[in-house]
Amino acid sequence: MRQDILNDDSLTFAEKIICVRADGLGKILRPGDITVLPVDLAMAQDSTGPLAIKVFGEIGVPKVWDPSKIHLVIDHSFPAPDEKVANLHHLMREFVKKTGVRLVEGSISHQHLLENHVVPGMILFGADSHTCMGGAVGAFATGIGSSEMAAVWASGKLWVKVPESIKVNLNGQLNKGVFARDIVSHFIATVGEDGGNYRSIEWKGPAVKDLSIASRACISNNSMECGCKLSIFEVDPTTQEYLRSVNRKSMYEIHAGSKASYKNEYDVNIGKIVPEVAEPGNVDKVKEVGEVEGTPIDEAFIGSSTNGRYEDLTVAAKILKGHKVKTGTRCVITPASKGVFEQAIKNGLAEIFLQSGAVFTNATCGACVGTHLGVLGENEVCISSSPRNYIGRMGAITSKIYLSSPATAAASAIEGKIADPRRYL
Amino acid sequence: MTAPSILKGRAWVWPDDVNTDIIIPFRFKARTNDPVEMAKYAMYGFDPEFYKKVKAGDLFVAGKNFGGGSSREQAPVAIKYSNVAAVIAESFARIFYRNCFAIGLPALEVPGIAKQVKQFDEIEVNLQDWSVKTRDGSVHPALKVPEFLRGLMREGGLVEYYKRHHNFPWETLETKAVAR
Repeated sequence: MRQDILNDDSLTFAEKIICVRADGLGKILRPGDITVLPVDLAMAQDSTGPLAIKVFGEIGVPKVWDPSKIHLVIDHSFPAPDEKVANLHHLMREFVKKTGVRLVEGSISHQHLLENHVVPGMILFGADSHTCMGGAVGAFATGIGSSEMAAVWASGKLWVKVPESIKVNLNGQLNKGVFARDIVSHFIATVGEDGGNYRSIEWKGPAVKDLSIASRACISNNSMECGCKLSIFEVDPTTQEYLRSVNRKSMYEIHAGSKASYKNEYDVNIGKIVPEVAEPGNVDKVKEVGEVEGTPIDEAFIGSSTNGRYEDLTVAAKILKGHKVKTGTRCVITPASKGVFEQAIKNGLAEIFLQSGAVFTNATCGACVGTHLGVLGENEVCISSSPRNYIGRMGAITSKIYLSSPATAAASAIEGKIADPRRYL
Repeated sequence: MTAPSILKGRAWVWPDDVNTDIIIPFRFKARTNDPVEMAKYAMYGFDPEFYKKVKAGDLFVAGKNFGGGSSREQAPVAIKYSNVAAVIAESFARIFYRNCFAIGLPALEVPGIAKQVKQFDEIEVNLQDWSVKTRDGSVHPALKVPEFLRGLMREGGLVEYYKRHHNFPWETLETKAVAR
């Protein structure tokens, strides 16, 4: 039965993985149908985990379903910037001692899971919206809230609705100074802030083969900004090479059928995309960099689970090398994981950052969520490679956030105003 | 706690795309586990003094994509503990919507509703019929929701449901094979 479903030519990725993984159902499900999935990996972080722990206590189940499959990650405010956060971190560590679940400190959850655990065909629920990043290697990975996470800890299962799917065909080649982040910003601008709500996005087309796992992770992660449930790159030779390099194996390699039906299909020539910048307030208010160039900034932030990987820091270093961050502007660079941090130090990136006058921090979500290491004051302006530019996201509700690739943020740090990265590459 | 089936109250009308950073900023929600404390920061992005102005039994009416962005359950919790009785929107972001049912905050999707209601209109939510009655007396049906979710909401969310039934509402679904 499972093999029949895997070979079914009429199913999208989402339909197929749900049909394959739904326990003992033996039926073809279509968009709108509801079923229950077994969970392979459940993650909560330090701003959703404490509430899940509280709810789990209130539910009153004596034990978690499988401590080896539950990960608590202290990443958003690491290390604790104040006493209130420290107390919630303490609550998490105590829960880990009591239940034997896994504890990770000081790497952003999505990057940690990608580096160490996520495999194709896996069912991953995270109490964090950007969990959909796991789709970069063909996993069913999506975000939920704290109470549902507590229910997963108790039972190892969760209900899902089979989503409609969107197909995006990527063609062409990226130009100099244009990156994965610009592709996904361009797409969000096309479909709007809720254009992917409840839906599964499949990234296809000849240009996918040129995208590294890090670039796919950026796109899968940032797809959340149009509300998606899943954002999928199917297994291909790049994925297989990556899995070999980290010594992990697929659970299932799911490929959408050639006759699958999609709610929408988009063709994107990535060769026509330029550096993109989202204006403050909404993630879909995207402009070409030329339209906002020259806007004065107080801070440039390069980091987050969207764009804090080694690939991103390499580009930032290339641009910052031999330059100084403009006096009066702060440039905060925050790697996505301990591994990225270590690699940046070992390979001389840290030195370039420090010589430029940037601040190079430990791995954390930090400034992206306005919790520490780069919080914005009243009326301050920031350009950031993080995923969201919402009111008060990084600090004062009067502060303003422009979103861009790490390259555009780095070039802007040098000039103290929004700048076109192509001049530096 | 089982919700009454008719909720009458005055409506706070919000625009499209009200995200969870507006509903409760990270730096407040990630520093407490107390829902009463969270409620002090409800709608902070629009009005830091909202918590002083909201009255028990008030209702929210919003445009499309209410609750977009972060998965933070503290967003619907802050609304619920502001004693807002229900949230009605033209559409909800996926995780926010799931969270509402999980914590027992009634959430009704009613296409076009934001244009039918003015700030502080007295309106009525019928949880039995799953509809909204606006000031002029017209009744607007909300989009259908699977019965197991409405049951979950009626019983006050996952904690209350589990205490009563010793299972989660979807665990009984599994055996019935809900495929159409």
